Amino acid sequence: MTLHIDIPEETFGSILAKAFGNTAFVAGFVITLLILAMAAVSYAWTPYDVTKLVISDKTQAPSLAHWFGTDHFGRDILSMVMVGARNSIAVALVAVGIGMGVGVPLGAFAAARGGLVDEALMRLNDLVFAFPALLSAIMITAIFGPGAVNAIIAIGIFNIPVFARVARAGALAIWPREFILAARAAGKSSAQITIEHVLPNIATLLLVQGTIQFALGILAEAGLSYLGLGAQPPMPSWGRMLFDAQTRMVVAPWMAIFPGMAIVVAVLGLNLLGDGIADILDPKSRRQR
Amino acid sequence: MTAYLLKRLAIAIATLVLASIVVFAVLEILPGDPARLMLGLNASADQVELLRNQMGLNAPLALRYLHWAGGLLSLDFGRSYTYSVPVIDLVRERLAVSLPLALIALALSTIIAIPVGLFSASRRGRAGDTVAMGAAQLGVAVPNFWFALMLIYVFAVWLRLVPAGGFPGWSAGVWPALKSLLLPAVALALPQAAILARVTRSALIEVLNEDYIRTARAKGLPHRAVLWRHALRNAMIPVLTILGLQFAFLLAGTIIIENVFYLPGLGRLVFQAITQRDLIVVESVVMLLVAAVIAVNLLVDLSYAVVDPRLRSRQ
Repeated sequence: MTLHIDIPEETFGSILAKAFGNTAFVAGFVITLLILAMAAVSYAWTPYDVTKLVISDKTQAPSLAHWFGTDHFGRDILSMVMVGARNSIAVALVAVGIGMGVGVPLGAFAAARGGLVDEALMRLNDLVFAFPALLSAIMITAIFGPGAVNAIIAIGIFNIPVFARVARAGALAIWPREFILAARAAGKSSAQITIEHVLPNIATLLLVQGTIQFALGILAEAGLSYLGLGAQPPMPSWGRMLFDAQTRMVVAPWMAIFPGMAIVVAVLGLNLLGDGIADILDPKSRRQR
Repeated sequence: MTAYLLKRLAIAIATLVLASIVVFAVLEILPGDPARLMLGLNASADQVELLRNQMGLNAPLALRYLHWAGGLLSLDFGRSYTYSVPVIDLVRERLAVSLPLALIALALSTIIAIPVGLFSASRRGRAGDTVAMGAAQLGVAVPNFWFALMLIYVFAVWLRLVPAGGFPGWSAGVWPALKSLLLPAVALALPQAAILARVTRSALIEVLNEDYIRTARAKGLPHRAVLWRHALRNAMIPVLTILGLQFAFLLAGTIIIENVFYLPGLGRLVFQAITQRDLIVVESVVMLLVAAVIAVNLLVDLSYAVVDPRLRSRQ
């Protein structure tokens, strides 16, 4: 696949105008902002205290007092969904940071050096891709013990080859361009050129991939904590809430419905945002999966 | 073409060998002594040492690796610590659940995704396309295990059409067994179908802009024939690539889905083996899955040549 990145003569204003005309971007932006706001608000205020167990209120259906109902310990599901958002966002965001922090330099380095270094790094990439990511994440969390930090590492490791691949493909498309030649003629080193000219030109690609991996990270974190390998109770997490809901589906289906919808909405918002950004900044670039 | 395939084959084998070293090394650093685990906390140090010798745990690292890797090649995976049966028997028994599950899911996903992708691409930008792609966007965002819970609620708890979980075994008859794989397969397939439909659509749209499509239309071929015979075939390469990747995804996805439905499959086996520190089972199953992923990707590479005759003559 050829990746073509043209940065047309656009002003900030014209990009902004295009952004507001893009339905996917606006919808994704609003949803993502709402999820982030929900997590932020939960630090200051939640309808109920999620650490307090009120057994007399257990498994109540959604009502005016408890919009999303209560769980088997009488905790308010809405409050738990709000606090759970923190965990999902933190895990997925740091995992993206790990993937970008390690993967982008690797990919850029492979593109700059080419030859044997490139080949070796790409084969290493193939190796990581051969392991079903979820299976390996389960192994990693099982080895080092369950918990949010280990979930971050497990998910982050599998973000590395993704970003390495995107950065390499993007950088390879930039290297033959005239302005790189000019920079070379000016006596700049490969490292300087990569930092000053290549990386700024592949930033949008990385941003788009970042939102996609953010979304995938939320899904992966939910999977891990559903299996009991993510954040540990009493810290609420969306995946863990679904695990608790499973055996109580008959009496309290709302325990499963609302945390699941939170995951869907968060992931949907981020995917829409990624699609939107890709559309606005570069109509030719397509999503990489 | 032959040179290309030979290179792919060499890379696949090298990846497999490297993967086996990684798996072996990772499990070496796992805390917990399997001999101690088998004997329980009351065993004396001597007893543990004796068992460690019997299990070959005291041999040098390189020797143990070679012994293990050699065993894998001859399908002798060793004996499970917790089940006390040969691992190969466990794997065979569990594969009888997981393989049909993954294949049904893959088939379902393809059957749904290709027509949806065709439909969307041929009505690009119109209402039908918008609705279908909106649904696909939603499908990508749904975690399969949550979707599974919702399916259980509707079809097992409410409508009582299928069992909520468990597996009667193939000996109970093909239909009861298939019935209990139905919901898990749908839960696995739908999110995958959403991704595949999007890929199919964008690959088709690219192809539909080609000159030969205009030629096919100009010579009066009906819309349907252009789509199925000319466009779809040319759009197959990205679709096949994603299908190959999805197989790996489905295999891993079975770990969670099998836990949701209490299915005695490979995924549940490996998950339980990890928590019980049954290393030999973990090693074997992980290697099996990795080998399957590598083999499928190699097959996908091969299938390019079948789909695209131009690749066959190229060197």
